[in-house]
Amino acid sequence: MIEVKNVDKSFDGNHVLKNVSAVFETGKTNMIIGQSGSGKTVLMKSIIGLHRIDNGKIEYDGRNLPDMRMSEIRILRREVGMLFQGSALFDSLSVLENVMYPLEMFSPTSAEEMTERAIFCLKRVNLEEKAFHLAPSEISGGMQKRVAIARAIALQPKYLFCDEPNSGLDPRTSLVIDKLIHEITHEFEITTIINSHDMNSVMEIGENIIFIEKGEKAWEGNNSDIFHVHNEALNDFVFASELYKKVKKANQ
Amino acid sequence: MSLLSETGRFFLLMKRVFVWPDRWKMFFRQFPKELEKLGLQSLPIVAIISVFIGFIMTMQTKLNTSNPLLPIYTTGLVTRDTLLLEFSSTILCLILAGKVGSNIASEIGTMRITEQIDALEIMGVNSANYLVLPKIIAFVVMMPFLVIFSMALGVGGGYFVGVFTNILTTGDYLVGIQYAFIPFYVYYSIFKSMIFAFIISSVAAYYGYYAYGGALDVGKASTNAVVNGSILILFFNILITKIMLN
Repeated sequence: MIEVKNVDKSFDGNHVLKNVSAVFETGKTNMIIGQSGSGKTVLMKSIIGLHRIDNGKIEYDGRNLPDMRMSEIRILRREVGMLFQGSALFDSLSVLENVMYPLEMFSPTSAEEMTERAIFCLKRVNLEEKAFHLAPSEISGGMQKRVAIARAIALQPKYLFCDEPNSGLDPRTSLVIDKLIHEITHEFEITTIINSHDMNSVMEIGENIIFIEKGEKAWEGNNSDIFHVHNEALNDFVFASELYKKVKKANQ
Repeated sequence: MSLLSETGRFFLLMKRVFVWPDRWKMFFRQFPKELEKLGLQSLPIVAIISVFIGFIMTMQTKLNTSNPLLPIYTTGLVTRDTLLLEFSSTILCLILAGKVGSNIASEIGTMRITEQIDALEIMGVNSANYLVLPKIIAFVVMMPFLVIFSMALGVGGGYFVGVFTNILTTGDYLVGIQYAFIPFYVYYSIFKSMIFAFIISSVAAYYGYYAYGGALDVGKASTNAVVNGSILILFFNILITKIMLN
């Protein structure tokens, strides 16, 4: 479980996060949603420790991140997996080598066991064996996302962060990626935090949703509550598209 | 950003680079690749430039010193000492600042803007150490070989003036390149080229590592790496020459 308590963050006097508190539960797909520029990426980067917060606490199962030294943060990060918006696969390595990389860096197991684990992870994300030895540039965007998920889970992380996991993907592939993240979260009991503004994802897998508006937590709930909320900013965000306006009408 | 804070940030990066690698196995996997990429792949350009510069330097020296009062060994001696003292170390490093410096800055810069460096950091890897240390060590290790290679080919290039033209005999040239040879010049040249190799690779890594934005910014990082690396080479050339040759 990750707990964020009264977090503030400013950049050159610009107050981006204002007293944000939230609980991200284990075994659930927790989502941070909000419009572009609302502060959700800053919140996620602060939770990971890429931004140093001004005030507050970020507790990973009771371990407060801002109190940690760099060496302790590095050890904590070995329990963290991350799926980046652009996949962030290493260009110079093949698909299999990308997944092997964190294992080779930190796992004390033998080469055979590492290869076995990497293949297991790649098969778990339904990647075909013929793609294992290709370079990241030789596979599609959806496959790159799956390889990135396989790499993120290779070290059996306790915490998984996904930054805009569906960015640049078609709706069908987005669904596959959403389901995969959801399944993995439940299967391996991971605390997953997804940063997204894709309403399809929110409706599909949002078990615990935090809505950020102008740097403040404006709402918290799940995907079944979201249609019945009387929060103007949230409704503007959720029902921005014609499709969701029609869904709302049909629900009334 | 002010010069002082840039310098401070450079040294902070170097502090992260020069630590014990998380896994030596990964370092030694990366190291030969860098030797090949930064060193061996520079051999063709070093060879071409050295031969032609040796050739033209011999021709120019001969044409500008055609005085019967000057001894026959003048052309060979001047060519040899110019190659040993300046060309094969300083000028060669200025050329390599363009080739190797831009290569390092653009590679690391692209990794930065495509979030590959963030991915390493999130995994708990010291990205500065993992990415930069093998490059610096490999280039510093390869540099003496490149310098010796350049010296040999440059002096060889001068010999071809005697073979292919009639402005100088090969005999006069051979006398000149052997006359009053000071071995210390070779050590001095190798030493300063190793310092330059460190400057080229570390400055390029610095600009690449802190690249921010998009493809255009990687280009800017690459340009900054080459320009600032070259300026530092010229500055340190004066400093090292003053210390070692005075």
